[in-house]
Amino acid sequence: MGAERVAVVGVGQTKYTAVRGDVSLPGLLREATFRALEDAQMTLADIDAIVIGKAPDFFEGIMVPEYSFVEALGAVGKPIFRVHTAGSVSGSTAIVASGLIESGVHERVLTIGWEMQSCSEAMWALSFNMPFQQQLVAGAGGYFAPYIRQYIARSKAPDDTGVLVALKDRQNALKNPYAHLHEHDISYDSVKESLMLWDPIRYSETCPSSDGAIALVLTNEAGGDAAAAEGRPPAWVHGTSFRSEPAMAAGRDQVSPQAGRDCAADVFRQAGITNPREQIDVAEIYVPFSWYEPMWLENLGFAEEGTGWQLTHDGVTAMDGDLPVNCSGGVLSTNPIGASGMIRFGEAALQVRGMAGDHQIDGARTALGHAYGGAAQFYAMWVVGADKP
Amino acid sequence: MRDVAIIATAQTKHVRAATATNEVEMIQPVIQEVIERSGVGRHDFDFTCSGSSDYLAGQPFSFVMTLDAVAAWPPISESHVEMDGAWALYEAWVKIQTGHADTALVYSYGKSSPGDLPLVLSRMTDPYYEAPLWPTSIDIAALQARAAIQAGVTSEQAMADIAYRSRSSAAANPFAQLQNSAQPSALMDEEYLADPLRKHDCAPITDGGVAIVLAAGDKARALCSRPAWIRGIDHRADGHHLNLRDLTTSPSVSIAAEKAGVANGPIEVAELHTCFTHHEPILRAALGLGDDVEVNPSGGPLAANPMMAAGLLRMVEVANRIHSGEVSRGVAHATGGHALQHNLVAVLEGEG
Amino acid sequence: MTDTTSNEPAPIELPAGVWSQPEVDMTAVAELGSVEAVQSVRAFASLTYDYTPGLATTRFLRLIQEKRLVGERCEETGKVYLPPRGVSPVSGLPTTEQVELGLDGTVVSFCVVNLDFTGNAQEIPYVSALILVDGADIPIYGLVREIPYNEVQPGLRLKSVWVEDSELTTSFENIKWWAPNGEPDVPSSELADYI
Repeated sequence: MGAERVAVVGVGQTKYTAVRGDVSLPGLLREATFRALEDAQMTLADIDAIVIGKAPDFFEGIMVPEYSFVEALGAVGKPIFRVHTAGSVSGSTAIVASGLIESGVHERVLTIGWEMQSCSEAMWALSFNMPFQQQLVAGAGGYFAPYIRQYIARSKAPDDTGVLVALKDRQNALKNPYAHLHEHDISYDSVKESLMLWDPIRYSETCPSSDGAIALVLTNEAGGDAAAAEGRPPAWVHGTSFRSEPAMAAGRDQVSPQAGRDCAADVFRQAGITNPREQIDVAEIYVPFSWYEPMWLENLGFAEEGTGWQLTHDGVTAMDGDLPVNCSGGVLSTNPIGASGMIRFGEAALQVRGMAGDHQIDGARTALGHAYGGAAQFYAMWVVGADKP
Repeated sequence: MRDVAIIATAQTKHVRAATATNEVEMIQPVIQEVIERSGVGRHDFDFTCSGSSDYLAGQPFSFVMTLDAVAAWPPISESHVEMDGAWALYEAWVKIQTGHADTALVYSYGKSSPGDLPLVLSRMTDPYYEAPLWPTSIDIAALQARAAIQAGVTSEQAMADIAYRSRSSAAANPFAQLQNSAQPSALMDEEYLADPLRKHDCAPITDGGVAIVLAAGDKARALCSRPAWIRGIDHRADGHHLNLRDLTTSPSVSIAAEKAGVANGPIEVAELHTCFTHHEPILRAALGLGDDVEVNPSGGPLAANPMMAAGLLRMVEVANRIHSGEVSRGVAHATGGHALQHNLVAVLEGEG
Repeated sequence: MTDTTSNEPAPIELPAGVWSQPEVDMTAVAELGSVEAVQSVRAFASLTYDYTPGLATTRFLRLIQEKRLVGERCEETGKVYLPPRGVSPVSGLPTTEQVELGLDGTVVSFCVVNLDFTGNAQEIPYVSALILVDGADIPIYGLVREIPYNEVQPGLRLKSVWVEDSELTTSFENIKWWAPNGEPDVPSSELADYI
C-alpha cells in the first residue's frame, strides 16, 4: 500500500429486492448513504468526495444519472466521480475511492455502488440488438455456460457441485436481512429440479435481478484510529488491485482467465498473503452462476487447478467450513449489477469488523472482496483486515 | 504529492462524422502514436484509464471494444470512467500518487455522429422533472446564456467575437474541425438556434479522440525533455437543478481553481472547455483569469468538440505548448454535465 | 438471469438506520394528507442511432454476402480473428491481412438451452455452441441443429448452413445454423487452446 493507510468505518446497504418502488433513484442512494454515515458517526458535511459506480446507464435510461443526484448527496461544491467497468464496476469504484485516501488527496470519502434494474428490461440494457454484430442466441447465461461445461470437463467435477453452491448461498442469505432472495423452502432437490436453463446451469443456480445500493465510508489512518478508540472497529485495507484483459483474444483461457490470476497475486502480495487458503478467513466472491464458486476458488489460488469443487463438496466454503465463501448469500441471492461488486467488498469489511450479524464468522480477521465483469475479463479485488497493515 | 507530468500527447483529426471507422479503429492510431512518442514500452504501462460514454456510442459496455487498442495482453491494471477523459487522467494521477504506478496511459474518445447529440444529451437531466421535457443541450445552454447576458456577464456581440477569435485561432490547428470564421458582424446577422444562441455560439458536433501518457518524477525527466508537470488538479460539482443554481457564475470552478493553485503564479495560456461561447466569460471570471490571458489558442471546443475527449484535449493543448517551450505555465479546464455542472481544473508547468 | 421476488418476509428485522427522508409536515396542505404516494413514473424514451460498422467489419460483411468467411491476422502473433474487429487485442495494432477461412468448423464447447432467447420459436431445447471455424484461432457462437441435442459433444465437426443465395445480405444472419458434416470428431486435446 501507498503512503496513507485506509480504513472502512461505515457500511450501509438498502434492502435489496426486485422492485424498490418506494424510493426515488436518489432516495435509493441516500438510504444506503445515511446508513453508512450513521455507522461511521458522520454526516454528509464530513465527506470530502463521493465516488459512484454503476453498470450501463441504459439500465435506468439516464445518462450519467449521478449528476442529477448532486444535491441529494450533499455534493454541491465537492468532487463527484463516476466509474464504469462492467460487472466489476463497484469493486473498481471502491478501489478508486480507496486510492483517493491512500494518495493523501482526501481524508474521508463516501463511495456508492447502485443499480435500479427494475427501471428497464435488464436483458435489453445488457445487450442491444446491435447491427453488424453476431447475436447471442442464448442470453447472458448462454455466453458463460459453454465455459462452465469446459470447467466440468477439465476438472471432472460432480454434476451437483453447482447445486450445492446455490443451496449454500441461498441458505446463507436467510441470515442476511438485506438479501434479495429469502427462499425458506429451498432444498437440494428444489435446486436440482429447477429448470435447466442453459445446461449445465439451472434456474436456481442463476442470480436474480435486483434493485439496491451500498455505500461505504472510507477514512485515513487517523479516522480509523478514532473510530477504533470509540469502540467502532474499522476494517483496514491491506491491498487493492484491478486487472483487465481483452474480451476476445486468441488463446485466452476463459475458464480461468489470466487477469483473475494476476489480480489475485497482486492483491495478496500487497497484503502479505502467501497462502490464501490459510490466511484468508472469509471470502466474498462474485458468483453470478453457481459453478463460478469452484472456478474462482482455483483462479484465486484457494485450490489447485481442477480441485476447487472439492472445497465445495467438503463443506470448506460453508459457514462452518474453514474458508467460508459468500456468507451474505452472495450474488446468487442479490444482484443489483452496479452494486454487486461493492457488496462483496463491504461484506468482507463487515466480517473483519465483527459486524456481519447472523452471518458473521467468529474471529474473522482477514477477508477478501472480489468482483469481475464483462466477458470474465475485468477484475477488482481488495483484502481487508481487523489489524492495521 | 509526487511530481507527475504529461510526457506525450496525441489526437485524431477531429471531424463531423468518422463514418469509415468504428470507435476502436478511430482511437487505435492515436494510442499507438502516443505510446511511440512516450518511449514507454507498449506493455510497460503501470496503469491505463479511459473515459467514454455508452449513451454517446448508443451501446452498453462500449468501452470494452476499445480496450483492444491498448494491447491488454498480458492483462493490465486498468479502469474506465463514464465521464470525459480529463477525469480518467485525474484517476491516473491519483493512482500515481498512491505509489502503485509510475507511468499511465490515458485516452478518451467520442463519436457523437451516430445519434442526435442535443437529444442524446437531454437524457443527462433529472429523470423526474426535466428529462420528460426533452430539453436539448442547446436549450439548456440558451437559458444559461440568457441569464449571463441579463447579468451583464457577456453580450451577444461579445459571444460573436469569441466565436470569431476561436475559429480564427483554429486556422493554425491542423486537427481542428472548424477553421476560420466570418466577421463577427456577419455572425450577428445569423438566425437564432435558441435565442440568444446562434449556430456560431455552439461547439460543433465532432467525432474524435485523444491520448496522453503520464509519468512520475525522474521517469518523466528521462523520457521527456520538457515535461508538462501537473502542479495542481482538482474537480468539483455544482448542483444539477437549473432553478437552484446561479447560472451566471461557476462556484465549482472557483473552488477547483483555488485547490489547483491557479493564482499561485502567472497564467500564460488557458485552454477552457467552452461548449458555448458564453462559457468563456463565466469561466474566465471563475478562474480569476485576467483579460491578458490567452484563451483557447487551439480554437478550443468551438473548433473541435469530441464529446468525452474535449476536456482531456484541453490538457493536451496546454501540455503541447509547454513541451514546445512556448509557455511555462498554463491552466486546463474540463467540464461535464449541462451548464458547466462538473468542472476540473489543472495547472501545468514546464520546469525552469 | 432470473427475476424472483422474495416469497417470505425476512425473518430478521433490518437494523434501525437513518431513513432517507425526514418526515414531512403536510398539515399546511391538508388535502395532500389523503393523496396516494407516487410509486413510479413511466417516461418513454426513444433515440435513433446510425451505427458505423468500421473498416474491418465492412470488409467482413461484404464477403459474407458472397458466402465467404474471411478473418484477419494479427501480425505479431499470427493468430486469425473471426469476426475481424480491426485491431488485434494482443498487439494493439491494426489487422490488415485478410485470411479466407473454411465454411466448416468444430464444436469447442456448448450449452443446451431450454428457453427461447432467439425470439423466433426455435425448437426447445436447442444447442448454442462455441464453434472454431476452420482456419480461425478464436471460436464464435452459433446454433447447432440437425442432430439430437444430447448427441452434441466437443470435437463434433460441423458445416455452416446458409440462407438461399437470393437472400444473402451483409449480415451474420446469412448463416442460419450449423449441422454435422459427417467427418470424424476432432480430439479434445487439439481444442484445448481455443477456450
